[in-house]
Amino acid sequence: MDELNALIGGFAVALSAYHIMLMVIGITLGVIIGVLPGLGGANGVAILLPLTFTMAPTAAIILLTSIYWGALFGGAITSILFNIPGEPWSVATTFDGHPMAQNGKADEALVGAFTSSFVGAIFAVIMITFLAPMVAKFALKFGPAEFFAVQFLTFASFLGMGRGTAFKTLASMCLGFALASVGLDGMTGTLRMTFGQDELLNGFKFLVAVIGLFGIGEILSSMEDGLKFNGPTAKLRMDAVIRTWKQLPRMWLTFVRSCIVGCWMGITPGGATPASFMGYGIAKRLSKQGKNFGKGELEGVVAPETAAHAAGTSALLPMLTLGIPGSPTAAVLLGGLLIWGLQPGPLLFVEQPDFVWGLIASMYLGNVVGLIMVLTCVPFFAAILRVPFSIIAPAIVVICAIGAYTVNNAMFDVWMMLIFGVMGYLFNKLRYPLPPLVLALVLGDQAESSFRQAMLVSQGDISVFWSNWLCGGIMTLGLVMAFWPALTALRAKFAGNGVVARPA
Amino acid sequence: MSTNEEAEGRPLASYRTLDIAVAIFFLVVCAIVMVDSLRIGIAWKANEGPQPGLFPFYIVLAMGIASLVNLARALPHTEEGAEAAVSSVGLGRMAAIFVPAVVFVLATHFIGIYVSATIYIGAFMLFFGKFPLWKAVVVSLGIAIVNFLMFEVWFLVPLPKGPLEAALGY
Amino acid sequence: MVRRGMSKVQGIAAVLAASACLASPSLAQGWEPAKPVTLVIPAGTGGGADQMARFIQGVVQKHNLMKQPLIVINKAGGAGAEGFLEMKSSANDPHKIIITLSNLFTTPLGTGSPFNWKDMKPVAMLALDQFVLWVNNEKPYKTAKEYIEAVKAGTDRQFKMGGTGSKQEDQIVTAAVERQTGGKKFTYVPYSGGGQVAVQLVGNHVDSTVNNPIEAVAQWRAGQLRALCIFDAKRSTYTAKVTDKEAWGDIPTCKESGLPVEYQMLRGIFTTKNATPAQVDYYVDVLKKVMATPDWKEFMEKGAFNQTFMTGADYEKWVESAQTQHADLMKEAGFLATQ
Repeated sequence: MDELNALIGGFAVALSAYHIMLMVIGITLGVIIGVLPGLGGANGVAILLPLTFTMAPTAAIILLTSIYWGALFGGAITSILFNIPGEPWSVATTFDGHPMAQNGKADEALVGAFTSSFVGAIFAVIMITFLAPMVAKFALKFGPAEFFAVQFLTFASFLGMGRGTAFKTLASMCLGFALASVGLDGMTGTLRMTFGQDELLNGFKFLVAVIGLFGIGEILSSMEDGLKFNGPTAKLRMDAVIRTWKQLPRMWLTFVRSCIVGCWMGITPGGATPASFMGYGIAKRLSKQGKNFGKGELEGVVAPETAAHAAGTSALLPMLTLGIPGSPTAAVLLGGLLIWGLQPGPLLFVEQPDFVWGLIASMYLGNVVGLIMVLTCVPFFAAILRVPFSIIAPAIVVICAIGAYTVNNAMFDVWMMLIFGVMGYLFNKLRYPLPPLVLALVLGDQAESSFRQAMLVSQGDISVFWSNWLCGGIMTLGLVMAFWPALTALRAKFAGNGVVARPA
Repeated sequence: MSTNEEAEGRPLASYRTLDIAVAIFFLVVCAIVMVDSLRIGIAWKANEGPQPGLFPFYIVLAMGIASLVNLARALPHTEEGAEAAVSSVGLGRMAAIFVPAVVFVLATHFIGIYVSATIYIGAFMLFFGKFPLWKAVVVSLGIAIVNFLMFEVWFLVPLPKGPLEAALGY
Repeated sequence: MVRRGMSKVQGIAAVLAASACLASPSLAQGWEPAKPVTLVIPAGTGGGADQMARFIQGVVQKHNLMKQPLIVINKAGGAGAEGFLEMKSSANDPHKIIITLSNLFTTPLGTGSPFNWKDMKPVAMLALDQFVLWVNNEKPYKTAKEYIEAVKAGTDRQFKMGGTGSKQEDQIVTAAVERQTGGKKFTYVPYSGGGQVAVQLVGNHVDSTVNNPIEAVAQWRAGQLRALCIFDAKRSTYTAKVTDKEAWGDIPTCKESGLPVEYQMLRGIFTTKNATPAQVDYYVDVLKKVMATPDWKEFMEKGAFNQTFMTGADYEKWVESAQTQHADLMKEAGFLATQ
């Protein structure tokens, strides 16, 4: 019960008009940052960090974490409306969110996304409140082999997804891996596939590829089909919240699964982006509605959003207790803590209880305030679709260009974005699935590094992946996931004549 | 997915042509990556595990095999493959947004992103959306100014700028 | 909201700038930036250089030390080559400065990227960052000597050294230590960031690290890590207790523990090549003001930095000799690019 008392003390710290005002400001800024692909959460927090030096640490961290919540909420908006992921972790939200918008259900998709973000975050905060010390110990168990196992599981849960044929899926995923390997090899310091071009030093950045493949590709498809987004008649009905909430309870199992996946990925730290993919992949595998995923299924929005938000929130835990950031934004917040004279690490909870519990209480409050704010704005967001296409289309191209530019401050990336746009259009047309490509692009690098680190540690012995129960367990689960389609087919065969094997 | 029944105009490329072209694109990428992987080594060293080229090499090897299968599947003339993937009208519409986009990005190198974005959005509204001139000017200028305030003034994210911004002291 | 904050700041800035002019009249005739100054970080967000750069930005803003805003951007591609190449290509723009770490020397040597510190103009050395040999507190090694003996007694590559990046400062230090271990090599495991390295050591996934003090101080204070020795000629001058028993100054130098290895990392500022002396002076002046603040002193102490401030010819000479030193170290360790 110590935690509960501490938490109540924390609420006493966080609940003041001044702090609530800071939350409102932070969330507004965060949503703007989340909506524009050019401004990431890390970016926004980093830019505002110096402004907060004159504030008390608690007030400052409330402002900055609120920006973080806002950015997590905001990333979903452009994903759903325009197929442009505002943040890397909202890529998986486009898979069903955008089709929903095309079916005229943009408002439901938005409400679903916001609500599930909220659920994921609250679940993670509750975990932080009561399990922080235990969880921190668990995170220490993760060495290179364990990291690779988690990354392998993410890929495995995503295999066999998408609409393409097996060979097109394979080609697409491998292209993602190949693109991810361009640039400096972190393990040996060798330059790969750069051919002496300075522009390629940085490799192909995930966000640039995603903005091009999804955003520009979508614009091209829409133009070809005749000047408008499909189903632009987004009806402005004010009951969207009630309508959507009625559908959510039956998805409780997806919520639970995604919360667990998200917390797991946030703590280890795998990050919000892989968490969202894994959440989506697992829901598609296990949910009854799984076969409709990709066509505009509300559950396909709920699964990745819940996981992404749970991961984004629980990523703050390793930062506070271990001093390792679980996400780039957490990394910048970590820098902020140091500047305010707070030393993140195992002693922070002991030495600065006011600060820590104030922060945790503000996580509850910030998400409640955030949810209310974004839900009231849903009709406004959905109304953006009513802007004439000949304004929206070039404006989107401009925003995409800005987004691509800001990733590395390089015009080269803007050109790459246009090329990725053409690729996105062609791949869509020819049914090369894009999700495996972007997943490989975001995780390929890390997976390769973890694998090679593990090989260094074990002196090239592959059995290291089954050297302990944690790592072996995850790897085995990964293998089960990878062969799931085959397993279900097999089960259907044995089950008898009545059952028709589902196409995986 | 859109079907092409409603796409009017002269068919320009069939699915077969596009499929073959994309498969060849994959094979070209495959060849490029393989050459560089071999340069940096693809061996599995005793104490260190894989060399830097090992992963990319086998990844694109898999990609190459998959692309050869895709190519082999695309090659035979089938009814499905002969269907028109792109028509002249569709391509024209896409070019209407894409060609100006290329010009816009090119112009950014010289006059900065804000001025070129204003011209790009304004021109598109004027010629494609058939908006009256004043509306095009107001909207395009508005978008550029809001972006300018957001990035340069509030969030201090420097974007490419040209002579106009320099004259204004940025 | 931000906007309102800024204009207020600008108002105060004007007042302060006026008083600053009174205090140091020499500045009145000097050069002033005409547009925002960009501070390039040739490393990713969250690392040591990033923390220091953002700290400087914060101090400048808090005390209104510059009239134009200071914008911080990360250009980490190719082990920092991207940031350095940016400086090289904008030789005529004095509104760009860069904060360096050892990759100023190691990246061109290790990757063959076409740049050299001579493509930039040295402004000032802010401090030297220390390296400390850490082991997990559960391990029996109480001194550097005991640990090195254990390495000598073990099999080749049995002991794992964790570090940041490949062929960069951590691996250079490791290679230097390996010359004292009787032919036994470490298995060097590169990670992407210093914080991660420290946590991997706490989790016993590696046997030792050479983390910078600021990267491992939290785990040290919590009693999870043990500091064996510091790779400097003298002990640290900070004597305030950091853990229950120890201060930075209580860590013996590696030399006195029988491991004669010294290595420190430059935390310095450079500007573009064609900057005039007046422009360099302006930045030196701003940095001096930053370093005079109590915030800076606190920051230095927390990270156990070696506070050495150098400008002009001294600084240039130091950089020159560091360049030679790195070339030698990397050549011996076999880290030079083969192209």
